[in-house]
Amino acid sequence: MFYYLLKRLALVIPIALSVTIVCFSLVYIAPGDPLSAILPSDASIELIDKLKKDYGLDKPIPVQYAIWLGRAVQGDLGTSIATGRPVNAELGRAIFNTLILALFGSLIGFSLGLAFGTIAGYRQGTWIDKSVTALAVAGVSVPHYWLGMVMVIVFSVYFNMLPAMGAGPGGDWIWDAEHLKYVVLPAITISVIPTAIVTRTVRALVADILGREFVIALRAKGLTDRGVFWHVVKNAAPTSLAVMGVQLGYLMGGSILVETVFSWPGSGFLLNTAIFQRDIPLLQGTILALALFFVSLNLIVDLVQTALDPRIRRA
Amino acid sequence: MSMPSPATSELDLRGAAPAPVFDPATALVAQATRGYWRTVLARILRDKVTVACALLLLAIVLLAVFAPLLALADPFKGSILRRLLPIGSEGFLLGTDELGRDMLTRLIYGGRLSLVMGITPVINALLIGAFLGVVGGFMGGKINTLIMRTIDVFYAFPSVLLAVAISGALGAGIFNAMVALTVVFIPPVARVAESVTTQVMSLDFVEAARASGASSFTIIRVHILGNVLGPVFIYATSLISVSMILASGLSFLGLGTKPPEPEWGLMLNTLRTAIYLNPGVAALPGAMIFMVSICFNMMSDGLRAAMDVTQ
Repeated sequence: MFYYLLKRLALVIPIALSVTIVCFSLVYIAPGDPLSAILPSDASIELIDKLKKDYGLDKPIPVQYAIWLGRAVQGDLGTSIATGRPVNAELGRAIFNTLILALFGSLIGFSLGLAFGTIAGYRQGTWIDKSVTALAVAGVSVPHYWLGMVMVIVFSVYFNMLPAMGAGPGGDWIWDAEHLKYVVLPAITISVIPTAIVTRTVRALVADILGREFVIALRAKGLTDRGVFWHVVKNAAPTSLAVMGVQLGYLMGGSILVETVFSWPGSGFLLNTAIFQRDIPLLQGTILALALFFVSLNLIVDLVQTALDPRIRRA
Repeated sequence: MSMPSPATSELDLRGAAPAPVFDPATALVAQATRGYWRTVLARILRDKVTVACALLLLAIVLLAVFAPLLALADPFKGSILRRLLPIGSEGFLLGTDELGRDMLTRLIYGGRLSLVMGITPVINALLIGAFLGVVGGFMGGKINTLIMRTIDVFYAFPSVLLAVAISGALGAGIFNAMVALTVVFIPPVARVAESVTTQVMSLDFVEAARASGASSFTIIRVHILGNVLGPVFIYATSLISVSMILASGLSFLGLGTKPPEPEWGLMLNTLRTAIYLNPGVAALPGAMIFMVSICFNMMSDGLRAAMDVTQ
């Protein structure tokens, strides 16, 4: 296990490094000068040169990358071109808000998905199974940004029950009843895709496990339904957990559309701002943070899966 | 243990489609007289859901293609006098948008860009990804490692983030959005192609072909592609729905189409301000995306079930 852990950690390092390269390269696939966003069109050559020097843009690209990486490792992601504030400060709050949204979303999505998937897997071929499967197809096919709008129309415009925008008074999310109301609609919206995917996965797993010979043997020896269910859980857990882990990562990184619909002050919203103000340091920093979060989440999922599934450990 | 690719999370939904009736008495005769593709076609035609979805999609595509020939209103011409008319208004069957343009016309025209922006990236990714995967799987060794490790890097980004990051960095525009989506879909296609190729390579008939003197090109063309293209194609069709949603999503964010061009995602965005005045009309473009996306998903599932000869 220890050896496996080391091996797995060693595999993450090149991936993480490549991620930094991709994030850094974003500046160079971008057309135009990264400074053009803040410079007036009639800026003097001296001013441009001075700013280039300040932002380190006068050095060769590999040197720029090395400097950027060196700072990023120490937690310094540079200064936002648009606001002049450190990227870190902007990012910290935004990531926290997105994390809250993703946690609520996955809480809803995973519990519904597990419940639906298990029921459908047990009732294979019945109308319950068919409706659950149809719902799951609808769930992966729905443009969730549109669903968010529909939710706003229904729950905010017609019934006036829930707020349609923002994370609540004060701008950022805090744990209280008032702010809880603000998270309901975006969390439900964001939970649709994980619900559908977890449902599909769990349904297929449960149906597959129930059809195996060992289940027949368990039943034959007189094990109760509850006892059999425990075996199903144990066998379905590693794959389900892996899928849920990836989904949590997708929620964190893919929340930009839902955050835009609900003006949720999270990392996706920040990304949107960074793109349209052509704020490259902010763009790089946000994407880097989200991607590294995704990579570490995948690592954790992998390790948990290994711990749960003795077959992987032996391999 | 690697992370499950989207391929494994797309666990089969064959339960959804009615399984073809299997009659052992006639099956052998039928199989012997019908070719593979005719069997597949016959199976698809028996699958009512798939046929219905295919017809609906065909209707939307035909309407979009022949939109200029239909006697429709001008999709760009608006009027401040008739802004945001409700659905069912006189002369405006589906109402008008925030600039007084006919919604029905714009929805039909919107299909042109939305469909092209959704489908093109998948076709590109299918070509490039299958090429990379087959080459990697066939060559094996260091070349395969190089290709697959490079592809792993893209798996470190959630797909929406990657699409937004690339198209955001490239700048708004239809072409850039399609480039971004192509990059998003190449890795999963390449993974599927590589894994199927590797499996096929280990089969005896490849060994036999090589022993009988077939060139690498012949082996790839006859033995590998013949077995790899089917699964990779089915997988690619399952990506169209996601691609449609993401393409319109990029336009929704302002990264794809630019106004006044009719495109479903962008229309959804510009109508966001109208949800208090005319929610029905505001929700229409999204309903189109939903409908097309669900049809592509059902068709992909139907095709998968029909092409599965083991069933």
